[in-house]
Amino acid sequence: MGIISNPFSLEGKTILVTGASSGIGRSTAIEASNLGARIILVARDENRLKETQAALSGQGHRIIAADLTDEMALNNLVEECGALDGVVLCAGKGLTRPVQFCDRSRFDEIFNINFFSTAELLRLLYKKKRLVKGASAVLITSMGGTHVFSGGNSIYGSSKAALDSFMKFAAKEFAARNIRVNSVCPSMIETPLIHSGAITEEQLAEYAKRFPLKRFGRPEDVAYAAVYLLSPASAWVTGTSMIVDGGFSIS
Amino acid sequence: MEINKFIENFADQLNDTEISEITSTTVFKDLDEWSSLTALSIIAMVDEEYDVILKGDDIRNANTIEDLFNIVSSK
Repeated sequence: MGIISNPFSLEGKTILVTGASSGIGRSTAIEASNLGARIILVARDENRLKETQAALSGQGHRIIAADLTDEMALNNLVEECGALDGVVLCAGKGLTRPVQFCDRSRFDEIFNINFFSTAELLRLLYKKKRLVKGASAVLITSMGGTHVFSGGNSIYGSSKAALDSFMKFAAKEFAARNIRVNSVCPSMIETPLIHSGAITEEQLAEYAKRFPLKRFGRPEDVAYAAVYLLSPASAWVTGTSMIVDGGFSIS
Repeated sequence: MEINKFIENFADQLNDTEISEITSTTVFKDLDEWSSLTALSIIAMVDEEYDVILKGDDIRNANTIEDLFNIVSSK
Protein backbone atom coordinates (compact mmCIF):
# COMPACT_ATOMS: atom_id res chain seq x y z
CA MET A 1 0.00 0.00 0.00
CA GLY A 2 1.30 3.45 -0.91
CA ILE A 3 1.60 6.38 1.43
CA ILE A 4 -1.52 7.94 -0.08
CA SER A 5 -4.26 5.33 -0.43
CA ASN A 6 -6.13 5.30 -3.71
CA PRO A 7 -9.89 5.83 -3.21
CA PHE A 8 -10.57 4.06 -6.52
CA SER A 9 -8.78 0.87 -5.48
CA LEU A 10 -10.72 -2.37 -4.97
CA GLU A 11 -7.79 -4.03 -3.16
CA GLY A 12 -8.93 -6.70 -0.70
CA LYS A 13 -12.56 -6.65 -1.86
CA THR A 14 -14.55 -9.66 -3.05
CA ILE A 15 -16.93 -8.77 -5.87
CA LEU A 16 -19.57 -11.04 -7.41
CA VAL A 17 -20.36 -10.36 -11.09
CA THR A 18 -23.31 -11.94 -12.94
CA GLY A 19 -23.43 -12.14 -16.71
CA ALA A 20 -19.64 -12.51 -16.47
CA SER A 21 -19.33 -14.75 -19.54
CA SER A 22 -19.54 -11.89 -22.06
CA GLY A 23 -20.07 -8.20 -22.79
CA ILE A 24 -20.43 -5.76 -19.91
CA GLY A 25 -20.19 -8.47 -17.23
CA ARG A 26 -16.92 -9.86 -18.57
CA SER A 27 -15.42 -6.39 -18.95
CA THR A 28 -16.51 -5.36 -15.43
CA ALA A 29 -14.92 -8.50 -13.96
CA ILE A 30 -11.64 -7.74 -15.77
CA GLU A 31 -11.52 -4.06 -14.77
CA ALA A 32 -12.44 -4.81 -11.14
CA SER A 33 -9.63 -7.40 -10.99
CA ASN A 34 -7.22 -4.83 -12.44
CA LEU A 35 -8.05 -2.63 -9.45
CA GLY A 36 -7.27 -5.44 -7.02
CA ALA A 37 -10.58 -7.21 -6.41
CA ARG A 38 -11.11 -10.95 -6.09
CA ILE A 39 -13.95 -11.85 -8.43
CA ILE A 40 -16.69 -14.47 -8.23
CA LEU A 41 -17.75 -15.02 -11.83
CA VAL A 42 -21.36 -16.09 -12.41
CA ALA A 43 -23.15 -17.11 -15.63
CA ARG A 44 -24.62 -20.26 -17.12
CA ASP A 45 -21.73 -21.29 -19.38
CA GLU A 46 -18.75 -22.59 -17.40
CA ASN A 47 -16.42 -22.69 -20.40
CA ARG A 48 -17.00 -19.06 -21.26
CA LEU A 49 -16.55 -18.15 -17.58
CA LYS A 50 -13.15 -19.86 -17.73
CA GLU A 51 -12.25 -17.59 -20.66
CA THR A 52 -13.17 -14.58 -18.52
CA GLN A 53 -11.21 -16.00 -15.58
CA ALA A 54 -8.12 -16.37 -17.78
CA ALA A 55 -8.33 -12.62 -18.57
CA LEU A 56 -8.41 -11.51 -14.90
CA SER A 57 -5.47 -9.96 -13.02
CA GLY A 58 -4.35 -11.37 -9.67
CA GLN A 59 -5.30 -14.53 -7.81
CA GLY A 60 -8.16 -15.99 -5.82
CA HIS A 61 -10.97 -15.67 -8.36
CA ARG A 62 -13.78 -18.23 -8.44
CA ILE A 63 -16.36 -19.48 -10.88
CA ILE A 64 -19.91 -20.40 -9.91
CA ALA A 65 -21.84 -21.59 -12.97
CA ALA A 66 -25.55 -20.95 -12.43
CA ASP A 67 -28.72 -20.22 -14.36
CA LEU A 68 -30.19 -17.39 -12.29
CA THR A 69 -33.72 -18.13 -13.52
CA ASP A 70 -33.46 -21.52 -11.76
CA GLU A 71 -34.55 -21.08 -8.14
CA MET A 72 -32.35 -23.88 -6.80
CA ALA A 73 -29.29 -22.65 -8.66
CA LEU A 74 -29.89 -19.14 -7.35
CA ASN A 75 -30.27 -20.34 -3.75
CA ASN A 76 -27.18 -22.46 -4.12
CA LEU A 77 -25.22 -19.46 -5.41
CA VAL A 78 -26.21 -17.44 -2.33
CA GLU A 79 -25.14 -20.37 -0.10
CA GLU A 80 -21.77 -20.75 -1.80
CA CYS A 81 -20.64 -17.18 -2.46
CA GLY A 82 -19.60 -16.17 1.08
CA ALA A 83 -19.14 -12.58 2.25
CA LEU A 84 -19.22 -9.93 -0.48
CA ASP A 85 -17.97 -6.33 -0.59
CA GLY A 86 -19.74 -5.74 -3.85
CA VAL A 87 -21.95 -7.19 -6.52
CA VAL A 88 -22.47 -6.16 -10.14
CA LEU A 89 -25.64 -7.58 -11.67
CA CYS A 90 -25.22 -7.65 -15.44
CA ALA A 91 -27.10 -10.81 -16.46
CA GLY A 92 -29.71 -9.89 -19.01
CA LYS A 93 -31.31 -10.62 -22.32
CA GLY A 94 -32.54 -8.46 -25.19
CA LEU A 95 -35.60 -8.62 -27.42
CA THR A 96 -36.73 -6.40 -30.28
CA ARG A 97 -40.45 -6.79 -30.99
CA PRO A 98 -43.29 -4.33 -31.61
CA VAL A 99 -45.86 -3.95 -28.83
CA GLN A 100 -48.67 -5.72 -30.73
CA PHE A 101 -46.55 -8.90 -30.82
CA CYS A 102 -45.54 -8.74 -27.15
CA ASP A 103 -47.65 -11.41 -25.51
CA ARG A 104 -47.26 -12.56 -21.92
CA SER A 105 -44.83 -15.38 -22.78
CA ARG A 106 -42.41 -12.85 -24.34
CA PHE A 107 -42.64 -10.64 -21.25
CA ASP A 108 -41.97 -13.62 -18.99
CA GLU A 109 -38.94 -14.68 -21.00
CA ILE A 110 -37.24 -11.28 -20.64
CA PHE A 111 -38.55 -10.18 -17.22
CA ASN A 112 -37.54 -13.52 -15.65
CA ILE A 113 -33.86 -12.85 -16.21
CA ASN A 114 -33.65 -9.05 -16.49
CA PHE A 115 -35.89 -8.21 -13.56
CA PHE A 116 -37.06 -11.09 -11.35
CA SER A 117 -33.78 -13.04 -11.09
CA THR A 118 -31.79 -9.87 -10.52
CA ALA A 119 -34.17 -8.55 -7.86
CA GLU A 120 -34.32 -11.95 -6.16
CA LEU A 121 -30.54 -12.32 -6.07
CA LEU A 122 -30.12 -8.84 -4.59
CA ARG A 123 -32.85 -9.57 -2.03
CA LEU A 124 -31.23 -12.83 -0.91
CA LEU A 125 -27.71 -11.38 -0.76
CA TYR A 126 -29.06 -8.75 1.62
CA LYS A 127 -31.38 -10.98 3.64
CA LYS A 128 -28.71 -13.67 4.13
CA LYS A 129 -26.21 -10.95 5.03
CA ARG A 130 -23.81 -11.92 2.25
CA LEU A 131 -23.37 -8.21 1.50
CA VAL A 132 -21.21 -6.93 4.35
CA LYS A 133 -21.77 -3.52 5.94
CA GLY A 134 -20.44 -0.85 3.60
CA ALA A 135 -20.87 -3.07 0.53
CA SER A 136 -21.90 -1.70 -2.86
CA ALA A 137 -24.40 -3.18 -5.33
CA VAL A 138 -24.42 -2.06 -8.96
CA LEU A 139 -27.26 -2.91 -11.33
CA ILE A 140 -26.82 -2.57 -15.07
CA THR A 141 -30.03 -1.07 -16.41
CA SER A 142 -30.47 0.81 -19.70
CA MET A 143 -31.25 4.17 -21.26
CA GLY A 144 -33.82 2.19 -23.27
CA GLY A 145 -36.99 2.25 -21.18
CA THR A 146 -35.78 4.93 -18.76
CA HIS A 147 -34.91 7.79 -21.12
CA VAL A 148 -35.15 6.49 -24.71
CA PHE A 149 -38.19 4.72 -26.17
CA SER A 150 -37.25 3.26 -29.58
CA GLY A 151 -39.81 1.23 -31.50
CA GLY A 152 -39.67 -2.47 -30.75
CA ASN A 153 -37.95 -2.09 -27.39
CA SER A 154 -40.95 -2.18 -25.04
CA ILE A 155 -40.34 -5.42 -23.16
CA TYR A 156 -36.60 -4.99 -22.75
CA GLY A 157 -37.01 -1.31 -21.86
CA SER A 158 -39.78 -1.84 -19.33
CA SER A 159 -37.81 -4.67 -17.68
CA LYS A 160 -34.84 -2.33 -17.27
CA ALA A 161 -37.04 0.55 -16.08
CA ALA A 162 -38.54 -1.77 -13.44
CA LEU A 163 -35.03 -2.70 -12.36
CA ASP A 164 -33.92 0.93 -12.22
CA SER A 165 -36.89 1.73 -10.00
CA PHE A 166 -36.27 -1.30 -7.77
CA MET A 167 -32.66 -0.12 -7.35
CA LYS A 168 -33.87 3.08 -5.67
CA PHE A 169 -36.11 1.25 -3.20
CA ALA A 170 -33.29 -1.14 -2.32
CA ALA A 171 -30.89 1.81 -1.92
CA LYS A 172 -33.23 3.47 0.55
CA GLU A 173 -33.80 0.36 2.65
CA PHE A 174 -30.26 -1.04 2.49
CA ALA A 175 -28.82 2.28 3.73
CA ALA A 176 -29.69 0.90 7.19
CA ARG A 177 -26.58 -1.31 6.84
CA ASN A 178 -24.61 1.32 4.95
CA ILE A 179 -24.98 -0.77 1.80
CA ARG A 180 -25.14 1.35 -1.33
CA VAL A 181 -27.18 0.45 -4.41
CA ASN A 182 -26.78 2.26 -7.73
CA SER A 183 -27.25 1.56 -11.41
CA VAL A 184 -25.34 2.26 -14.58
CA CYS A 185 -27.64 3.23 -17.40
CA PRO A 186 -25.88 2.62 -20.73
CA SER A 187 -27.03 3.40 -24.23
CA MET A 188 -25.97 1.20 -27.17
CA ILE A 189 -22.91 -0.84 -26.19
CA GLU A 190 -20.95 -3.07 -28.56
CA THR A 191 -21.94 -6.47 -27.15
CA PRO A 192 -23.37 -9.67 -28.65
CA LEU A 193 -26.80 -8.43 -27.49
CA ILE A 194 -27.08 -5.68 -30.14
CA HIS A 195 -25.72 -7.90 -32.93
CA SER A 196 -28.57 -10.41 -32.69
CA GLY A 197 -29.60 -9.65 -36.28
CA ALA A 198 -33.00 -8.01 -35.69
CA ILE A 199 -31.38 -4.70 -36.61
CA THR A 200 -29.03 -4.80 -39.61
CA GLU A 201 -25.35 -3.87 -39.30
CA GLU A 202 -26.07 -1.06 -41.78
CA GLN A 203 -28.77 0.43 -39.52
CA LEU A 204 -26.46 0.09 -36.52
CA ALA A 205 -23.67 2.00 -38.29
CA GLU A 206 -26.13 4.76 -39.22
CA TYR A 207 -27.39 4.91 -35.63
CA ALA A 208 -23.85 5.24 -34.22
CA LYS A 209 -23.45 8.57 -36.08
CA ARG A 210 -26.26 10.08 -34.02
CA PHE A 211 -24.16 10.00 -30.85
CA PRO A 212 -22.34 13.25 -30.03
CA LEU A 213 -19.23 11.17 -29.30
CA LYS A 214 -19.74 9.43 -32.69
CA ARG A 215 -19.63 5.82 -31.61
CA PHE A 216 -21.44 3.19 -29.61
CA GLY A 217 -20.14 2.48 -26.14
CA ARG A 218 -17.64 -0.23 -25.40
CA PRO A 219 -18.13 -2.69 -22.55
CA GLU A 220 -15.26 -1.05 -20.66
CA ASP A 221 -17.04 2.34 -20.77
CA VAL A 222 -19.71 0.78 -18.57
CA ALA A 223 -17.21 -1.25 -16.53
CA TYR A 224 -15.33 1.92 -15.49
CA ALA A 225 -18.58 3.43 -14.17
CA ALA A 226 -19.35 0.19 -12.31
CA VAL A 227 -15.91 0.04 -10.67
CA TYR A 228 -16.27 3.66 -9.53
CA LEU A 229 -19.60 2.74 -7.90
CA LEU A 230 -17.93 -0.27 -6.23
CA SER A 231 -15.01 1.76 -4.90
CA PRO A 232 -14.62 3.90 -1.74
CA ALA A 233 -14.55 6.94 -4.08
CA SER A 234 -18.36 6.70 -4.32
CA ALA A 235 -18.91 6.23 -0.56
CA TRP A 236 -21.56 8.98 -0.47
CA VAL A 237 -23.37 7.91 -3.65
CA THR A 238 -26.50 5.77 -3.41
CA GLY A 239 -29.81 5.45 -5.23
CA THR A 240 -28.39 7.04 -8.34
CA SER A 241 -28.58 6.01 -11.94
CA MET A 242 -25.42 6.95 -13.82
CA ILE A 243 -25.98 7.73 -17.48
CA VAL A 244 -23.21 6.41 -19.76
CA ASP A 245 -24.43 7.19 -23.27
CA GLY A 246 -21.84 9.03 -25.37
CA GLY A 247 -23.98 12.16 -24.98
CA PHE A 248 -27.04 10.67 -26.69
CA SER A 249 -29.45 12.15 -24.14
CA ILE A 250 -28.21 15.68 -24.87
CA SER A 251 -28.15 15.23 -28.66
CA MET B 1 -47.55 -22.00 -47.50
CA GLU B 2 -49.46 -19.91 -49.91
CA ILE B 3 -48.61 -16.48 -51.30
CA ASN B 4 -52.07 -14.91 -51.14
CA LYS B 5 -52.29 -15.61 -47.42
CA PHE B 6 -48.76 -14.23 -47.03
CA ILE B 7 -49.75 -11.00 -48.82
CA GLU B 8 -52.76 -10.74 -46.51
CA ASN B 9 -50.58 -11.18 -43.41
CA PHE B 10 -48.12 -8.67 -44.81
CA ALA B 11 -50.86 -6.11 -45.51
CA ASP B 12 -52.08 -6.58 -41.94
CA GLN B 13 -48.90 -4.89 -40.74
CA LEU B 14 -49.58 -1.76 -42.80
CA ASN B 15 -51.71 1.09 -41.53
CA ASP B 16 -52.11 3.45 -44.50
CA THR B 17 -51.99 1.03 -47.43
CA GLU B 18 -55.03 -0.99 -48.59
CA ILE B 19 -54.57 -4.69 -49.31
CA SER B 20 -55.89 -4.01 -52.84
CA GLU B 21 -52.77 -1.89 -53.46
CA ILE B 22 -50.48 -4.83 -52.61
CA THR B 23 -49.43 -7.64 -54.95
CA SER B 24 -46.60 -10.16 -54.98
CA THR B 25 -44.53 -7.75 -57.12
CA THR B 26 -44.95 -4.75 -54.79
CA VAL B 27 -41.57 -3.28 -53.86
CA PHE B 28 -42.46 -2.94 -50.21
CA LYS B 29 -39.63 -0.62 -49.18
CA ASP B 30 -41.02 1.96 -51.63
CA LEU B 31 -44.29 2.18 -49.69
CA ASP B 32 -44.73 5.66 -48.19
CA GLU B 33 -45.33 4.25 -44.74
CA TRP B 34 -42.39 1.80 -44.77
CA SER B 35 -40.22 2.26 -41.64
CA SER B 36 -37.92 0.31 -39.36
CA LEU B 37 -40.94 -0.39 -37.14
CA THR B 38 -42.79 -1.91 -40.12
CA ALA B 39 -39.77 -4.14 -40.70
CA LEU B 40 -39.87 -5.25 -37.05
CA SER B 41 -43.60 -5.97 -37.39
CA ILE B 42 -43.01 -8.11 -40.49
CA ILE B 43 -40.28 -10.06 -38.65
CA ALA B 44 -42.63 -10.62 -35.68
CA MET B 45 -45.56 -11.57 -37.94
CA VAL B 46 -43.41 -14.17 -39.78
CA ASP B 47 -42.28 -15.57 -36.44
CA GLU B 48 -45.89 -15.92 -35.20
CA GLU B 49 -47.57 -17.10 -38.40
CA TYR B 50 -44.82 -19.22 -39.98
CA ASP B 51 -42.52 -20.05 -37.07
CA VAL B 52 -39.59 -18.66 -39.06
CA ILE B 53 -37.00 -16.27 -37.62
CA LEU B 54 -36.12 -13.60 -40.20
CA LYS B 55 -33.07 -11.42 -39.75
CA GLY B 56 -32.97 -7.72 -40.56
CA ASP B 57 -30.70 -8.71 -43.46
CA ASP B 58 -33.42 -10.94 -44.94
CA ILE B 59 -35.66 -7.88 -45.18
CA ARG B 60 -32.79 -5.87 -46.62
CA ASN B 61 -32.07 -8.49 -49.29
CA ALA B 62 -35.69 -8.70 -50.47
CA ASN B 63 -37.26 -6.19 -52.85
CA THR B 64 -40.72 -7.53 -53.57
CA ILE B 65 -43.19 -9.28 -51.29
CA GLU B 66 -42.63 -12.41 -53.39
CA ASP B 67 -38.86 -12.23 -52.63
CA LEU B 68 -39.69 -12.19 -48.96
CA PHE B 69 -42.21 -15.01 -49.39
CA ASN B 70 -39.47 -17.09 -51.05
CA ILE B 71 -37.04 -16.38 -48.21
CA VAL B 72 -39.63 -17.43 -45.63
CA SER B 73 -40.51 -20.56 -47.68
CA SER B 74 -36.85 -21.57 -47.90
CA LYS B 75 -36.35 -21.49 -44.12
